[in-house]
Amino acid sequence: MEQLLSQIFVGLSIGSILLLVALGLTFTFGQMGVINMAHGEFIMAGAYTTYVLQQALGDGATATAFLLAIPVALVVAGTMGLLLEVLLIKRLYGRPLDTLLVTWGVALILQQAARDIFGAQNVEVKSPGWLDGGTTLIGVDVAYNRLFIMALAVAATAGAWYVVSKLKQGRRMRAVMQNRQLAAASGVKTASVDRRTFFLGSGLAGVAGVALTQLGSVGPTLGTNYIIDAFLVVVAGGLGKLRGAVIAAVVLGLCNSLIEYWTEASLAKVIVFALIVAFLQFRPQGIVAQETRGLA
Amino acid sequence: MSTDTATAAPTRRDPTAPWPILQIRGLGVTFGGFQALTDVDLDARQGEVHFLIGPNGAGKTTLVDIITGLTKPTTGSVRFDDVELTGHKEHRIVHLGVGRSFQAATVFEALTVAENLDIAASFRMGLRGLLRQARGRRPEVAEALEVTGLHDVADRPAGALAHGQKQWLEIGMLLTQKPRLLLLDEPVAGMSPDERTRTGDLVRYVAKDCTVLVVEHDMDFMRRFADRVTVLHEGKVLKADATVAEVQADPVVQEVYIGRAKDDRNSVSRAAAATDTTTEETA
Amino acid sequence: MNTSTDTTGAAKAAPAGGTGTPGPGWFKRRVIGTKADVVPRITFAVVAFLLIVVAPGMLTAFRLDLLAKYLVFAIVAVGIALAWGRGGMLVLGQGLFFGLGGYVMAMHLQLADAGPGEKPMFMSLTGASDLPGLWEPFRSPVFTLVMVVALPMAVATLLGLLVFRSRVRGPYFAILTQALAAAFVILLVGQQDLTGGTNGLTVSTFFGLDLAKNSDKLTLYFIVLAVLLVVFLIARQMVKSRYGQLLVAVRDGEDRVRFLGYSPTTVKVVAFATAAGMAGVAGALFVPIVGIISPTSLGIVPSIEMVIWVAVGGRVSMAGAIAGALLVNFAKTELSEAMPSGWLYAQGLLFILVVAFAPRGLAGVGDWWRENRDRFDRFRPGARTAAPASGAAAGEGA
Repeated sequence: MEQLLSQIFVGLSIGSILLLVALGLTFTFGQMGVINMAHGEFIMAGAYTTYVLQQALGDGATATAFLLAIPVALVVAGTMGLLLEVLLIKRLYGRPLDTLLVTWGVALILQQAARDIFGAQNVEVKSPGWLDGGTTLIGVDVAYNRLFIMALAVAATAGAWYVVSKLKQGRRMRAVMQNRQLAAASGVKTASVDRRTFFLGSGLAGVAGVALTQLGSVGPTLGTNYIIDAFLVVVAGGLGKLRGAVIAAVVLGLCNSLIEYWTEASLAKVIVFALIVAFLQFRPQGIVAQETRGLA
Repeated sequence: MSTDTATAAPTRRDPTAPWPILQIRGLGVTFGGFQALTDVDLDARQGEVHFLIGPNGAGKTTLVDIITGLTKPTTGSVRFDDVELTGHKEHRIVHLGVGRSFQAATVFEALTVAENLDIAASFRMGLRGLLRQARGRRPEVAEALEVTGLHDVADRPAGALAHGQKQWLEIGMLLTQKPRLLLLDEPVAGMSPDERTRTGDLVRYVAKDCTVLVVEHDMDFMRRFADRVTVLHEGKVLKADATVAEVQADPVVQEVYIGRAKDDRNSVSRAAAATDTTTEETA
Repeated sequence: MNTSTDTTGAAKAAPAGGTGTPGPGWFKRRVIGTKADVVPRITFAVVAFLLIVVAPGMLTAFRLDLLAKYLVFAIVAVGIALAWGRGGMLVLGQGLFFGLGGYVMAMHLQLADAGPGEKPMFMSLTGASDLPGLWEPFRSPVFTLVMVVALPMAVATLLGLLVFRSRVRGPYFAILTQALAAAFVILLVGQQDLTGGTNGLTVSTFFGLDLAKNSDKLTLYFIVLAVLLVVFLIARQMVKSRYGQLLVAVRDGEDRVRFLGYSPTTVKVVAFATAAGMAGVAGALFVPIVGIISPTSLGIVPSIEMVIWVAVGGRVSMAGAIAGALLVNFAKTELSEAMPSGWLYAQGLLFILVVAFAPRGLAGVGDWWRENRDRFDRFRPGARTAAPASGAAAGEGA
């Protein structure tokens, strides 16, 4: 029983990581139908931002640097996303597959740049003291850093939800998401909405990167390790649906952890993939599907 | 590609007393709580040109979508030549003799006109046959080229055609399949008066061996080419299986449709119906 | 253009295939072809001469080995051009099928090396007691050769049927194929007792050929060349057939195809499975040439690299895909020898520039020339006014 609870906690922890990583994608993928393969490298950029800040502020300010990294990484990764949108993605509107490949090229370049700047070796980001160790909850050992990531995932999701559903900006984003032409015809400046969406989505990747520094060392391929799972979350969750992404991330996290418990890690990956394909059989549009008429 | 063979029902065609080859009974469909069609009945007889009219959002395209298997109805049945169509996959329904065109003419722009027609004409071919190269021009293709007047542009890519020509090509593609029921979704939208007449003649030609159901906004086009008319309004049948004269004389139809159609032309109620149009046009 | 009885039109796209009967004018019609055929046919002859005569004669054993590897990659590329360029299915997980073919072959070769009743070398290291049941059937060379093609095709068919039937397409499909390749690699690494884990499987002989001997390697080179030719001819026949047009039609208007009475699922599955089969064959040939198959050559990154070969060569053109695979891999070898990090930048940049600004790739250069030639032709009396753009997207240069 405790073993099971412990697996469930691990599952929720994986789910919260998946959610953090996939949150930004629900914006960029959902609104613009753009698969941004460089999303993983924005995560990496967020992680390296933490590292740079810690180096710059010195040993005494580990915790400050870490907390400061969250907004800074948001801006750094967000700006990278903004540049990507303006320079490349905008020109590829209506060519989703080409966008995927082009952003993959960008990802390759960013990875190599990280290798040249920070070295091929992974770097370590120090944890703030208060994230070390853990506690025991209903018989389950719970690490503080895992709890922190869960909290961050919840906070980021809540923030994203607030922006989308409460702010004027968010209303415009949803309008563009649902019907680009109509939104444009109603006076929404879609180009500017696209830019902001990309900034926000990419910025969230940066925040995810900050969180990931607490789980291991930071290297140039950090993002690549998460990107596929993140995309699967978005695919299973439904295009651009926050609610879908949350459910999908938690369910996939739990599935991963529980199946891993019953079988083993490598088999679990394959089984989870099979489950997603099976799931798409009866819900091709994901968990939260948009009701539409017509062929779209 | 499909290995399906049409399960042809026994033919009971009697030219002197046309029986309804298409029988729709009690059809209803809901989209996420929105009742798009309610209890729709419709009969169309062999060889007639049956117009389906109604304001935006009346459910005309939805009806066509249901007949062709794109949308699953919530209730009701669609019987064509004594075969139930609902529940079949789209390509099966085509093999049963039902063809359709789309509001925005969809032809394969990368292929030539003749290739477009040839692909359409080969729809009963197995994979083995399809893997062979096409040699020569099939008689169906030649006929379609002749009838649609696209003979001179047969080797041009379809993408290079004018809007009207694309519509004709699409009808031509359907013609090569020798359907027994043809559903045309706004075939004259965006056409010049001249092109409308040619399209009408084409529809008439097609109707020689086939029942044609036309969804159309253009009242003048309807007046000139319809045998029978069914009027839909807000998902219900307002006037079933009437003549053009009856429809024109009907005060209710006048009010909900003709009146609105005039408004449409003055683009007063366009904005109100804008959402409807966009969703319909994606189909 | 194939429906035209006019030979000029019928043969316009590429050298005419099919079965013409020998007769008067046979040589001219079948071998020389029409004016439009001359350039592709001369190119084909020159390339064939280079690969069959010049390369084996001039290159060192090491370079010839590299060339053989590139030719293997070209086999994968042809499949990708078929599925992606013609069918619009962006296959980001060809490493999976490449790996299936490769591992099937490597398992057989290891068993053949070990001898009857014996276990492969690596298993004695991991301490497995008996030969796993999964390995047993691969003692048979015939079964192995069948499975090299059949296993990838079966996996692709299954995935295709499930995915295409539920109308998952575009980027979704791309992501799923990529995820499957990723899962496959994780599985290979995880099941170390069965697959050799990250070390992969090494081989030293290939059906009696000693892979350390240069003369035997030359034989292998010609085998690869022959397989590539067969694969190319299969792909070209598919592209030029009605099926090929239908595939393009599905790419450009899946729903229209559905309402013409075809099942787009079937159309797509055939192309996807063919591409998978080709990748499987390539994987099987990769094993003897390189001497090893391991997860590192199958993961997400190698899989997506395969796509860039095709992008560079020209996604709709089978010949372009081959050229792209050869050129990109040649450049990779040369550049990474000179400056390793430079190549990674170059590769990224190549991806961006080609895909964003020259989506027709190298083959597009030929199209551009043809289009402009036609523009000049128009002013000549009696010139055909056949439209050039058709080839660019659909029928061009198999």
